[in-house]
Amino acid sequence: MPFSLLKYGLKDDYPFEKDADFPLPSDLKSHYDVVIIGGGGHGVATAYYLAKYHGITNVAVLEKGYLGGGNTARNTAVIRSNYMTPEGVKFYSASVKLFEELSHEFDFNIMYTQRGQLTLAHTDATVRAFRQRAEVNKHFGGRTELITPKEIRELVPTLNMNPAHLPVLAGLWHLDGATARHDAVAWGYAKGATQRGVELHQLTEVTGVDIDNGRVTGVKTNRGSISCGCVVQAVAGHSSLMAEKAGFKMPITTYPLQAMVTQPVKPFLNPLVSSSALHCYVQQTSRGEMVFGGGSDPYPLYNTRSTMELKESLLAHAIEMFPFMANLRLLRQWAGITDMTSDYSPIMGLSPVQNYYVDAGWGTWGFKATPICGKMMAEVVASGGKIPDLIAPFAMSRFDTFKQVNEMGATAASH
Amino acid sequence: MKIMPCPLNGPRNISEFVYGGDVRQMPKPLECTDKEWAEYVFYSDNRGGVVTEWWLHAPSGYWFIAERHTITDDIIRTYDASEMFNQRVEFDLPTAEQGE
Repeated sequence: MPFSLLKYGLKDDYPFEKDADFPLPSDLKSHYDVVIIGGGGHGVATAYYLAKYHGITNVAVLEKGYLGGGNTARNTAVIRSNYMTPEGVKFYSASVKLFEELSHEFDFNIMYTQRGQLTLAHTDATVRAFRQRAEVNKHFGGRTELITPKEIRELVPTLNMNPAHLPVLAGLWHLDGATARHDAVAWGYAKGATQRGVELHQLTEVTGVDIDNGRVTGVKTNRGSISCGCVVQAVAGHSSLMAEKAGFKMPITTYPLQAMVTQPVKPFLNPLVSSSALHCYVQQTSRGEMVFGGGSDPYPLYNTRSTMELKESLLAHAIEMFPFMANLRLLRQWAGITDMTSDYSPIMGLSPVQNYYVDAGWGTWGFKATPICGKMMAEVVASGGKIPDLIAPFAMSRFDTFKQVNEMGATAASH
Repeated sequence: MKIMPCPLNGPRNISEFVYGGDVRQMPKPLECTDKEWAEYVFYSDNRGGVVTEWWLHAPSGYWFIAERHTITDDIIRTYDASEMFNQRVEFDLPTAEQGE
């Protein structure tokens, strides 16, 4: 490695095109078989699986900003499958399995580390709900169990067992809980996709959708119009705005979600810890920074501003859980805008426009689903709109028939 | 601290208020189709721009209407609901005999 670095240091045309992870920007073609709107993790994962498993490479990923610069870079990188409903557990377990092999698949380190995730119960009702979640999880292939306060103390010695006068009664210990470098996931997929011929166009904003007889025929962008066979919309927080361009409404409301990190400290916290009653989750990154996340903002907004109110309430709760953290300083704060559905489950599959597929409603749970969602959306596209069983419960039409998939109880922090 | 100008209580910290959803027309529950009801309950314009919404000042239990910009986070105007609703709204709900 040092020698190759030296070689680059002595050349004046670095980076070499052949060695670069991504091809240089090119002009838009006039036609693509598949246009993917949104160059985040989900978009590039869909492109990757299309190219790798289905041999569909005449694909353009259109991203208005830069690769993985939206919610892919703004989540807190939690990977877990300890959900509440059978549909949810099956889906997210499949994602965990793909994540485990992703570094090998890419030949690129996404820094996937399985550290386990611990959710604290502070009331009898929560203990009962956790017992149910543990059983549902085990039944559908996850590794989750209910553990006692004694075991929690051994697992996380620094935890205050009586935070905010809410004694810790039990914990939902999810061994499959993991974290990974979220940017690397997007980079790995984008690299694999572009090497197989997919075009990634950054700074390319879709400004309109061409529809003929209820069927999508192309998209207008700030760099010109292109025709296409089908479209996959994967734009997270902007889902409703993009759907409006295609002429339909979605059962989505957009809220900001704020998170923050402290200065780095020595490693002391291995598992990811969250508290259902304190609406707070805490984890230590491999760099040593403490990451905090909590609930969504109290009113809808398309803005990533930060608020003092959220910092105060979230940090107060984090310090209740780990009192010594009161001495740490905040390093960074950010927000993402999240496309929340009323049942806390995603929307994948068909839309009212033919050949226009939606991948939305990812609210605050999108990162952990990146691999499986990409794989499933690729199957939908490759089969011309046939919905795989795994994602059939998450069709947008479930709202029309009042068949929601209620995951409300399964969020790490209540939203 | 974000300030919400309450038509009844004057400028107050926004943490005292609860967001109550878009102001919109409810379809007649006895006559509309399931799809129309689902549209009303779940689907939303989720607009990026100026929206007209219900807000509640929780400590005084006072509901009012606010016009707000969802991209800039500016509150443009707040006013008493009587400005928009100047007569009684009949909800046309099922009576006890019609219910189960």
